[in-house]
Amino acid sequence: MINRIKIGTGSCGIAAGADEVLTFFQSNIKDIDIVEVGCIGHCYAEPLVEVETDNGSIFFSNVKANDASLQNILELGEKDRLTFSKVRKDKELVKVSKLAGRINPVSLEEYKANHGYEALTKALEMTPTDVVDQVKIGGLRGRGGGGFPTAMKWSFLAKHETGEKVLICNADEGDPGAFMDRSLMESIPHLVMEGMLIAAHATGATQIFIYARAEYPLAIRNLKIAIEQLQNEKLHIMDGREIQIVVKEGAGAFVCGEETAMIHSLEGYRGIPRFRPPFPTDSGYKGYPSLINNVETFASVPVLIREGGEEYAKVGTEGSKGTKLFALAGDLAFSGIIEVPMGITIGEVVYELGGAEKGSVKAVQIGGPSGGCIPEEHFDTPIDYDSLGKLGAIMGSGGLIVIGKQRCIVETARYFLDFTSRESCGKCTFCRVGNIRLLERLEKITSGNGSEQDLAFLEDMGPKIIKGSLCGLGKSAPNPVLSTLRFFRDEYLEHVNDKKCRALECKNLVNVEIDKEICIECGACIKTCPVNAISDDYVVDNTVCTRCNSCIEICPKKCISRTLGGNNE
Amino acid sequence: MPQNLLTIFDKDRSNLIKAIQHVQKEEGFISNDQIINLADYFEIPLVDVEGVITFYTQFKRTKPGKFIVHVCDGTACHIKGSERIANWISEILGIADGETDAKGLFSLETVACLGCCSLAPVIAVNGKVYGNLDRKQLRKILHTYQQEAKK
Repeated sequence: MINRIKIGTGSCGIAAGADEVLTFFQSNIKDIDIVEVGCIGHCYAEPLVEVETDNGSIFFSNVKANDASLQNILELGEKDRLTFSKVRKDKELVKVSKLAGRINPVSLEEYKANHGYEALTKALEMTPTDVVDQVKIGGLRGRGGGGFPTAMKWSFLAKHETGEKVLICNADEGDPGAFMDRSLMESIPHLVMEGMLIAAHATGATQIFIYARAEYPLAIRNLKIAIEQLQNEKLHIMDGREIQIVVKEGAGAFVCGEETAMIHSLEGYRGIPRFRPPFPTDSGYKGYPSLINNVETFASVPVLIREGGEEYAKVGTEGSKGTKLFALAGDLAFSGIIEVPMGITIGEVVYELGGAEKGSVKAVQIGGPSGGCIPEEHFDTPIDYDSLGKLGAIMGSGGLIVIGKQRCIVETARYFLDFTSRESCGKCTFCRVGNIRLLERLEKITSGNGSEQDLAFLEDMGPKIIKGSLCGLGKSAPNPVLSTLRFFRDEYLEHVNDKKCRALECKNLVNVEIDKEICIECGACIKTCPVNAISDDYVVDNTVCTRCNSCIEICPKKCISRTLGGNNE
Repeated sequence: MPQNLLTIFDKDRSNLIKAIQHVQKEEGFISNDQIINLADYFEIPLVDVEGVITFYTQFKRTKPGKFIVHVCDGTACHIKGSERIANWISEILGIADGETDAKGLFSLETVACLGCCSLAPVIAVNGKVYGNLDRKQLRKILHTYQQEAKK
């Protein structure tokens, strides 16, 4: 009755313990095939096991490596069964990530059995110009953040008629909070490769680079296996030429997501962006015309070609076509990866797909550290390149972090700026120095020493940094600050005028207190306090306390909490 | 000094980063001697090699501990309290961010994102990821490694 058992062993799954489950199952199940698959996007339910039966698949969530869990699964028990909510079926439109978690990522046969490389065959029967035209009709725009029309970029490369041409896949997913590209590469590496081969045919490229984050070892491994497999089948030989395919590992620099910086990094230099023009499509890697697209852009290509541009363009809004993957994380019930049609509203994603509780959400951060915070009152905004731009956010690569009411918005902005200011390459003064100045002011505010002048400074300096920076990093670094100032000014004002952090997050603006009414004097807090700030009669000395929260976490009666206070006392 | 670490690479400059990664994988960090080797091998100035090494966060100039504890401070982890996690680890291991203890057993590093956002907050010890952490679990995990380090 059970035909096959699939265990999700993507990075998320492994982190949740899928490895142990796999080993345990392998040593205890003898007569059923166990397959490792990628990620189906339901990360909140990991480790996840799918049991293929004659009557369809049954999913089990939060599986453990023990006999009870194993037995439950073999008996197809009711426990831990994962049923997909109706809303996910209704609101999602899974096209690009359809095979993710459904097939063995490193099996070319399985990929082929599911229409794999059919789009490449179809594309090879078309002229390169026709392929570019289809992509144009499909309205595909770059999924990496900028949203540049893909067909236009391709045509820039295609117009160079002779010589070496380079295709680069940007797999340097550096946005903290984004993991769609990782999932695609881990789960369906052949889809990414197929998209790149179609692009090579359309543009006449002779060399392919995949610039992947070194922090994604599994993605790199699977890509390398996929490349070897497609080379064995000679799929990389097309139009009378053999295409070189090389995976290059990045070395940890967020700015390398910028085109020209990535090219410098590929050439073995510091990843510092340069002025454009010349654009990479005229002079890129070692001077050759080069084109850079993001992983998800390439992964969308086979879908577009297979169904045709016209069909593809039926989904989405006027300016943004097709589907988009988002990585949901933060304060919500169902974190993971979703694929939705462009034009779905933020609210639908956060509340319906993400399962966040209505009223519990303060804002969403879209587009990572370069994006903006969008407050709840704008949750009816459709997700497309243009609408988000109007709100001061960007689509970005697709990281979507839900920020709950209990988080401090000033601290969140400080966090993003801390990140971007450290990642600035140092080339442009406004980015190198200006962002540090912004960060200093934000630290001043979160430590309770800010004034309204600091807010004015932020609003003055932010746009100057945007104007005075060369690349996307500097141009977008002040976004989180400016967007939060725009939408959550009252919280900033509370910090500077009332020295109050309503979220009780800013250390200097809170005290820690023990509720003596509930306290049972068990001593756990006194024992755990690293700085001996709690006296024998259970009073916290807030001049000593570092607000590390150790006592709050350990208290069995939950009678210790943060309260408004701190500096203003 | 094992110059032969580099001979597998074509002398083209575009292989420099790959070569540095290889050296770090073999030796754990990039020593002064290896910088000289790299510069000689690729026939570029020492400062070019050093410049590339300091630019990328992956590269280390000092020997890391036996166990490298990475605290994820990605967005999701951050809002789920990664700062507290980092402070607790500092307190338990007695080292600050970026430090290695005197015995060379533990190194603590804050990293941008491990890509396991749905399990936030997470840490990784020598690449093994632990998610949904609270203080109690954290102590338990670190304790296990401390016991192992004693062996």
